[in-house]
Amino acid sequence: MNPSNGRGVVSSVSSRVSRKSSETVPDQFPVGLRVMVVDDDPTCLMILEKMLRTCKYEVKRCSRAEEALSILRGNSNGYDVVISDVHMPDMDGFKLLEQVGLEMDLPVIMMSADDSKSVVMKGVTHGACDYLIKPVRIEALKNIWQHVIRKRKNEWKEVEQQSGSADDGQPKQSEDGDYSSSVNEGSWRNSKRRKDDDEDGEDRDDTSTLKKPRVVWSVELHQQFVGAVNQLGIDKAVPKKILELMNVPGLTRENVASHLQKYRLYLRRLSGVSQHQNNLGSPFMNPQDPGYGPLSNLNGIDLQTLAATGQLPAQSLANLQAAGLGRAAIAPKSRIPIPVVDQRNLFSFENPKLTFGDTQQQPQHLNNGGKQINLLHGIPTNMEPKQLVNLHHQGNSIPAVQSVQSVHNGSYQPQSRVQQPMGNYNPVSHTSPMINFPLSSSAELRSNIYALPNNPAKGGFPEDVTSEMKGSTPGFVPSYDIFNELNHQQKVHDWELQNVGLTFNATQQANNSIDVVGTSIVGSPHQAFPSSSQGSGLSRNASVVHANNNNNAISMGQHHMSNNNFYHENNPVRVKLETPLFPEQFGQDDLMSALLKQQQGGIVPAENDFDFDGYSIDNIPV
Amino acid sequence: MDRNQSHRQVATMKQSLFDQGYLDHEQFNQLEELQDDANPNFVEEVVTLYYRDSARLVHSIEQALEKSPIDFNKLDSYMHQFRGSSSSIGAKKVKAECSLFREYCRAGNGEGR
Repeated sequence: MNPSNGRGVVSSVSSRVSRKSSETVPDQFPVGLRVMVVDDDPTCLMILEKMLRTCKYEVKRCSRAEEALSILRGNSNGYDVVISDVHMPDMDGFKLLEQVGLEMDLPVIMMSADDSKSVVMKGVTHGACDYLIKPVRIEALKNIWQHVIRKRKNEWKEVEQQSGSADDGQPKQSEDGDYSSSVNEGSWRNSKRRKDDDEDGEDRDDTSTLKKPRVVWSVELHQQFVGAVNQLGIDKAVPKKILELMNVPGLTRENVASHLQKYRLYLRRLSGVSQHQNNLGSPFMNPQDPGYGPLSNLNGIDLQTLAATGQLPAQSLANLQAAGLGRAAIAPKSRIPIPVVDQRNLFSFENPKLTFGDTQQQPQHLNNGGKQINLLHGIPTNMEPKQLVNLHHQGNSIPAVQSVQSVHNGSYQPQSRVQQPMGNYNPVSHTSPMINFPLSSSAELRSNIYALPNNPAKGGFPEDVTSEMKGSTPGFVPSYDIFNELNHQQKVHDWELQNVGLTFNATQQANNSIDVVGTSIVGSPHQAFPSSSQGSGLSRNASVVHANNNNNAISMGQHHMSNNNFYHENNPVRVKLETPLFPEQFGQDDLMSALLKQQQGGIVPAENDFDFDGYSIDNIPV
Repeated sequence: MDRNQSHRQVATMKQSLFDQGYLDHEQFNQLEELQDDANPNFVEEVVTLYYRDSARLVHSIEQALEKSPIDFNKLDSYMHQFRGSSSSIGAKKVKAECSLFREYCRAGNGEGR
């Protein structure tokens, strides 16, 4: 890539370093490498710090992962590499690893006294650059700079490839493999790339790989990213298109590409994890494609994880969307557990604990994992009621719905439908600091689904929904009452939490009956609603919305009122939309069905006794 | 003279610790190498820190042992921590004991030997 080869790189590095340290000695690299060390053991921390200083690195030590994260976030380009212990009391080292990788794209080195193969493998799958066994020797530390260089080099390579394709005139199947998909774009991109590349090249020559400015993937940015990915569809998401969709100035294709890679890895991992856990067994969960494969899989998995963490991995979101429109089970960690329909599938009710029970654990797990996927941050409230209706109306069994029914896990594929702008998410995402990979997707899903509820305009909707629902949703239990109660209850601020709790609890309790859902909502308002204050607004709304949805159209009118009240009280409309679906993690199936029903107006597959009756749509006082 | 004498004493003691397997030769040497003019008392600081930290750990372990039923998972994690710091210092024997302890924990052996 760099015409200057290693030497050039080194010199650029050193030049950068020297710039930093105002030294002009060339080839000083890796002097001045900025290292962040995280370890709860003070003895180790002290020794490591001393060793690193002896290597002439700049060291910052933290004994807590949270502290390290906040420092890293506050100073996005302040560090070159992170060394972290695996076993820490406040946060799992691997979670930190994920977080850092996603947000800051820094090379992370894990270390532990534990040298068992499984743990080392875990490090690999989570994307660690290296794994050191304690006691760490100084020789091992001397070479950590190689990881920094390597990472930069890889990033450069991406750029190179991109420009390369342009040069070659043929789309280079870079890791994104998206070149082939859009030749025209490619050419445009190529030329753009070429330009970028030229510029980059210059920089490169000057600063070599080290200098590459790092893009900080903030929560918002990530949400945008996830939204774009969901919009395109995981399989089709190519950096180029994602970049275009995101439309963020200053963001380059390679930034997106590398982020996409990580995201995919993350999703893959989640699906792998969820699969085991969830066992959703639902047909949705097709053999989990490592990649985005079955959305449903992801959804299931993600949902679970999300449910737990409250964050739905983008994939799951996508799945969710596909599955059930709105179910967007992506429950933002704080927000609403995505009990929604999709979640059903995802979370595989089988593992209730995952979804609901463990909401706390899972979210932590997931979230802590550094992937704070606030997938649902705000439950995609983008759903336009119309859309929902449409969804429902579609073939009487919204494809998603059908899928839900059949798949049971709601491997909704409503992607088409759901492709809701992530708009809603964004606001929500802000609230959640975590990376919302999945959120984006889920958010979209949710929004789609939820969008319906948001429409206070009952007029059009409820009718549709109701009528449909009534007809088809046999199980449409008038959970409405419950919702009403809920609404009342919801007035509580804790609604959000409640919603979350509900969702979670719902799943456990609600075994596919809306009633359950309703009750769960009512009953467990305070549950695991990890939602933060921000989320609260959302969750409440979401829950309310959900309730509405679950309750069938009947309550719609009522709900609206209550919802309206509710909403007004609590959270910004935004919240409502987003959360409506999520909090209902009740029985995933139930939720799904409920949602579906609601939206579809009865189309909702009876799988879950959710009788959404689509009332929620109307009721959702946005 | 006195200084030389105490130096020799220290050296002898250190050697005996190495020989008896209490102290890990390599690791401890590394620590000593880290000590330089900028940090003349580095080794002392580290070891002091270790003592303090391990005292706390041992105390927690004792407490955990007194409970019944014994929470082996917690004990295991304490031991893991203890083992980690001991190995950083080069406290070989302590580290070995920790490993043994962990084996017992995993086996659910509350008596331990």
